[in-house]
Amino acid sequence: MRLTQGQFSFLPDLSDDQIKAQIEYAVENGWAVNVEFTDDPHPRNTYWEMWDLPMFDLRDPAGALLEVNNCRKAYPNHYIRVTAFDNGRGWETPRMSFIVNRPKEEPGFRLNRQEVDGRAIRYTIHSYATDKPSGDRYE
Amino acid sequence: MSQQQITGEERYKSGVIPYKKMGYWEPDYQPKETDVIALFRITPQEGVDPEEAAAAVAGESSTATWTVVWTDRLTACELYRAKAYRVDPVPNTGPGTKVDKQYFAYIAYDLDLFEPGSIANLTASIIGNVFGFKAVKGLRLEDMRIPVAYLKTFQGPATGVVVERERLDKFGRPLLGATTKPKLGLSGRNYGRVVYEALKGGLDFVKDDENINSQPFMHWRDRFLYCMEAVNRASAATGEVKGHYLNVTAGTMDEMIERAEFAKALGSVIIMIDLVIGYTAIQTMAKWARKNDMILHLHRAGNSTYSRQKNHGMNFRVICKWMRMAGVDHIHAGTVVGKLEGDPLMIKGFYDTLLQTYNEKSLEHGLFFDQDWASLNKVMPVASGGIHAGQMHQLLTYLGEDVVLQFGGGTIGHPMGIQAGATANRVALEAMVQARNEGVDIWNEGPKVLDKAAKWCQPLQMALETWKDITFNYASTDTPDFVPTPETTV
Repeated sequence: MRLTQGQFSFLPDLSDDQIKAQIEYAVENGWAVNVEFTDDPHPRNTYWEMWDLPMFDLRDPAGALLEVNNCRKAYPNHYIRVTAFDNGRGWETPRMSFIVNRPKEEPGFRLNRQEVDGRAIRYTIHSYATDKPSGDRYE
Repeated sequence: MSQQQITGEERYKSGVIPYKKMGYWEPDYQPKETDVIALFRITPQEGVDPEEAAAAVAGESSTATWTVVWTDRLTACELYRAKAYRVDPVPNTGPGTKVDKQYFAYIAYDLDLFEPGSIANLTASIIGNVFGFKAVKGLRLEDMRIPVAYLKTFQGPATGVVVERERLDKFGRPLLGATTKPKLGLSGRNYGRVVYEALKGGLDFVKDDENINSQPFMHWRDRFLYCMEAVNRASAATGEVKGHYLNVTAGTMDEMIERAEFAKALGSVIIMIDLVIGYTAIQTMAKWARKNDMILHLHRAGNSTYSRQKNHGMNFRVICKWMRMAGVDHIHAGTVVGKLEGDPLMIKGFYDTLLQTYNEKSLEHGLFFDQDWASLNKVMPVASGGIHAGQMHQLLTYLGEDVVLQFGGGTIGHPMGIQAGATANRVALEAMVQARNEGVDIWNEGPKVLDKAAKWCQPLQMALETWKDITFNYASTDTPDFVPTPETTV
């Protein structure tokens, strides 16, 4: 499967130039860019690990791209995303989020069904990768 | 002006005196920060002075009755009287035009005329008796300025755009939806098929239509059960949060709450109501939604019966304001490019009303007042009705990224099936957002962006070919171009 979280997962994987262009858009808007990674892509796993703090004072998008690539070197087979935070009044939330790295194999998710009262079912989404301990999840 | 306001003993002599003289016309009045202000478009009856008509509207929407009553003198009646303070002729009306002469009347109401946190009470005054009043041929509520002090008595949107996006984990692009078609007649099992295909193909949301409640062909529990199977299967297949707007509209509040509770028990992120349930029911559901972590979608069923004609009724922007106060999270607010409701400037006015934290007065967008929204959450506008992937650059330019784009026919009518239709829309959307962010002039270069993406995305290519020359002469909202063909390939 292909995890389709983020703004651009239906497009072919972004090139470095394309990633830089998106970061530039974030920086022009005054948003702080952050690099995050995970080996648990469950749709409700909100808190991916932070590669570092959000780059609040960044002006040069190339600097953020460098951090993306450093993170890729350290975690070549993890999911990595770029998030842009807007501290503007009325927002104070991410304004962009897109995946820039993914594992070679994406095993995806199993849907667990627990049959309960009547015809109702309680659903749980299980990430196959998390059957292994963190660190051993993707080759 | 000969018609001066009468005061003192003279004012309260038994009998009938003009509204202007009773204190409902005060041209020197300076509205207070805490006043509610309403702007009416008035078409006076032949021979009725526009200021008298405005005063009459002020009177009938506040304290007045048709004759003098001495019991006024037991109250601080000057305070409770609404005050018409300004009347402007409406451009391009009257002699030499096709319409009767119209006037914009500004009327101020003291805050204490209204019950805190009650749209029903506000509207019982502002659009109560007065719309049937004989002295005017037509009356339309065009806009309102709601003071911060009054807004602070309302909950506002249960979830709001910011938290909705955080819950869904979807940022930086419009959301994508579709309404299940045909809207009537599918069994629960078949209905869920459409939901599953569309969500797996790339949509974020699928939607019940306004008149899908609990009918002989599909009772509500069946629909909820099968839709949630579809939602969860699609979520597991994509790793994304997905949703289906389960319409909980019913004949009584008790039944609506029962349906909402069931949707919650099944794990739905969103429920839906229709505007026709009424303001109090809407506010009740908004409070329920806030309490139960639920996004609340509102379908504006019925609004055109009173918002469409220019001379009588009310402008949709006022509905937008009331619904933001009442507390819905989504509301259908027009597409510009799809069909009808077309004027881009008016639609921008609706969207700004729903989304901005502060609206600046902008007559070209139909916003007659500055409006501070007092930190009430933002409402996500929904664009639906005859839109397709080929218009993505226009949609993104006109509507921005905080909107749910609903491609009903443009998904379900795709010649390669529903999943392909959904994928075409999602690819078109992501490619267009990417291009816009890169600095591409999408208004002019948009078609090229789509053609480029279509080279590697066959569903998009088919969508563009199928709908390339469609210029929207659709008969009704969300009508598919093709008969839906649910397919079983996954």
